[in-house]
Amino acid sequence: MSTSHKVWRLGADIDTDLLAPGHAMKHGIETIATHCLETVLPEFARDVRPGDVIVAGPNFGIGSSREQAVAALVHLGVAAVIAPSYSGLYFRNAFNLGLLLLTCGDAELLQDGERIGIDRAAPSVTAADGRRLPCEPIPGFLLDMVRAGGLMNQLRQRAGKDAPHA
Amino acid sequence: MTDKLAPSSPQTLAQKLIARACGRAHVAVGEIVTCAVDMAMFHDSSGPRRLQPMLAELGAEIWDKSRVVLVMDHYVPERDDDARRIVRIARDWARDQRLPHVYDSQGICHVVVPQHGHIRPGMLCVGGDSHSPTGGAFGAYMFGVGSTEMLGVVVTGEIWLRVPETIQMWWDGRLSPGVTAKDMMLHMIGRFGMNGGRYQAVEFAGPAVQALSMQERMTLSNMSAELGAQAGLIAPDATTAAFLAEAGAPSVDTAAWFTDDEAPRTVHRFDAASLEPHVAAPHSPANSRGVSHCAGTPIDVAFIGACTGAKLDDLRAAAHVLRGRKVAAGVRLIVAPASLRDQDQAREEGVLQALMAAGAELFPTACGACAGYGDPMGDDVTVMSTTARNFKGRMGSASAQVYLGSPYSVAAAALRGRITDPREVLA
Repeated sequence: MSTSHKVWRLGADIDTDLLAPGHAMKHGIETIATHCLETVLPEFARDVRPGDVIVAGPNFGIGSSREQAVAALVHLGVAAVIAPSYSGLYFRNAFNLGLLLLTCGDAELLQDGERIGIDRAAPSVTAADGRRLPCEPIPGFLLDMVRAGGLMNQLRQRAGKDAPHA
Repeated sequence: MTDKLAPSSPQTLAQKLIARACGRAHVAVGEIVTCAVDMAMFHDSSGPRRLQPMLAELGAEIWDKSRVVLVMDHYVPERDDDARRIVRIARDWARDQRLPHVYDSQGICHVVVPQHGHIRPGMLCVGGDSHSPTGGAFGAYMFGVGSTEMLGVVVTGEIWLRVPETIQMWWDGRLSPGVTAKDMMLHMIGRFGMNGGRYQAVEFAGPAVQALSMQERMTLSNMSAELGAQAGLIAPDATTAAFLAEAGAPSVDTAAWFTDDEAPRTVHRFDAASLEPHVAAPHSPANSRGVSHCAGTPIDVAFIGACTGAKLDDLRAAAHVLRGRKVAAGVRLIVAPASLRDQDQAREEGVLQALMAAGAELFPTACGACAGYGDPMGDDVTVMSTTARNFKGRMGSASAQVYLGSPYSVAAAALRGRITDPREVLA
């Protein structure tokens, strides 16, 4: 189990235009990431640290297929997103890019700034006060994808090339 | 994987399409299967700029170029150096790869690709865009994926999916004049929310759906994305076959693709005849109710554009309201036809002229302002739009207030300068 992930709390219906704004889409991920969530949490892109997690309300990632909405979080070092539900398209994109999404009906019990633990295998989340919040099971091949650092790394491995970020 | 179903087990349209694509007689809801992809579509934003470097790094080739369709629609016409760079990558790659199916600046992918007969009943297709469920209108299982997943498809020709439940939206009766597929969709999104489809398959059925034109059906399937469904299916019929014949597609078999009566599914029933025009208020398509809840709201811009709002049928609807009239003083009416073919046909019919004479500005046949990529809306403007999404900042400025409605409703708002029930201004 990994411990001490700082929580960034967001509300429901966080859409892909908030995560990767259309006006920034012509740029590379380094620039897009600086605009990530700018209209709801202006300090997020500046202050988030590798290993931090996002805890959100239902329907996280609704909207576009643009995977920069995942890649921006990966670029900023976000370790996982924890929410009661996701857009199905965002869910696929996240695992394809190696970002762990935990589906947790009790996600909204977690507080902004709280430090939590994550058990990928269970899967579950442990709140700062020790409460264990169960999460929905994740198919093994998707967990493998996260462990590999995403589909591209798996394809690299299959092509006999080293996966630089695995 | 074992097939536990008896050969006679009733199946939904979604199950039948997925079973064919994974080479099985039956598939069970909930199982994860790997399907062969019949067609993969992507555009200048999601496609070559992302795929080309990854393919090069892997030293991999496209699995079957005849099954790939590339559309330049997001960054055309090129407005700055970044757009020129992105579109140039797409054009160079199309040439290097000798791709047989490329549509450059012809219109929006979800309209152009079906208009060239690439999506047909029985197929399993993927698109590098969230509105890819549009293909479901043709009785194909089509869904959107991100660029990395598209890379997987382009390399292997396969994709995994979990066999979905089917949520059938059964529409009885017939729409009244001035009420459209967009109103049906806004009604459903308002009722079920933006994730009400739970990434399952939604199927639109019933007499009111069967009575819709192909382009209207495409509007339903397109905005299945706003219901959070993976696919938005409509059983193909004579309307489908006629559209595809005109598109020059090989002749199609529509008979096999329907949901068996006994197939387990969730059914929601609606009455088309009593449906009123719907408008979604800022900043979510789910903030949708009958037009009366925001009638009278003054607008600055009326926008008729996008794959879900500027096809030929949409332009005809707008012209129906605006022919022989002028838009209200101080209101900008922008018309960006969804494809060149629709624009040409609208011109032949006098539809385009009617809109221009009413005061419309003609914008390029591209995604444009819908996603804030080109011609974005300015600060603090109130926009009434035929597009699919009104997320905060979606059309350019976070302070823009965007209302969504049918082309009748947008044209009526342009005419009066405020949100209006289009039935009040229809002759």
